Amino acid sequence: MVEYIFYALSVICIACALLVVFSKNPIHSVLYLILAFFAIAGHYVLLNAQFLAVVHIIVYAGAIMVLFLFVIMLLNLNAETEPHKNMLTKIMATVSGGLLLVTLVGSFRAAGQVEMVNLDNSNIGTIENLGKVLFNDFLLPFEISSVLFLSAMIGAVILGKKQLS
Amino acid sequence: MQSVNYIPIVLQLLVAGGFVTLAMTLTHVWGPKRKSAEKLENFECGIESQGNARMPFSIKYFLTAILFVLFDVEVIFLYPWAVNFKELGLFGFVEMLVFIAFLLLGFLYIIKKGALKWE
Repeated sequence: MVEYIFYALSVICIACALLVVFSKNPIHSVLYLILAFFAIAGHYVLLNAQFLAVVHIIVYAGAIMVLFLFVIMLLNLNAETEPHKNMLTKIMATVSGGLLLVTLVGSFRAAGQVEMVNLDNSNIGTIENLGKVLFNDFLLPFEISSVLFLSAMIGAVILGKKQLS
Repeated sequence: MQSVNYIPIVLQLLVAGGFVTLAMTLTHVWGPKRKSAEKLENFECGIESQGNARMPFSIKYFLTAILFVLFDVEVIFLYPWAVNFKELGLFGFVEMLVFIAFLLLGFLYIIKKGALKWE
């Protein structure tokens, strides 16, 4: 049963990811990306990471996608102003994409067979257990993440705001 | 496996999505269609529409959105803390105060810089 759900979710996810890359309209790409995010959230539930699944939908499918839409709307994507990529750019893109593929395939081959992790406690991903681990064992990374938030805020304001004179 | 317990949620999603699809399809099939040039025009409050909708818009919207995302993620951290509030005790409370203090610093910076002002 779980296996069938896994394969169904994987097929949806990979199909949507391919459609993100291949669709001509950038708005369609964003919509397919949302579907892919939902499929990945399903995978999280299968891995007993329920809280992560909900957060994934709230943050990625909700908030980050809004940013993606804004980026698309910030760009001038009229068909007539579409810049024509020259041959050199295309060759460079192919070479760098191919290098990434080689790296990924190589690392997967080097990693070998991954042993399946057997969870004794299937409630490991619930919000209670996650909170206990986060606020005791991973206290320092949690506090450092607030510094990361602070730097992100300052960076966004500096880049996006005209200086008031 | 625990995740099988989520089947009802999946069913609910399917029923909700299925209802929307069914209703939209039926209205398209059964509803009357009048495709005149005026009817298919983009509606802009009755005023004749000008130019193209695909024009780059102000960065101000993006700035507001990215600040929203940052505070949104901050609130996500509050959920696991609030669920374990009693168990974590005073130590957990101080932890969260430090976390919030950093973000409050950022918020004060945003307000001081007038990043949310709409000039």
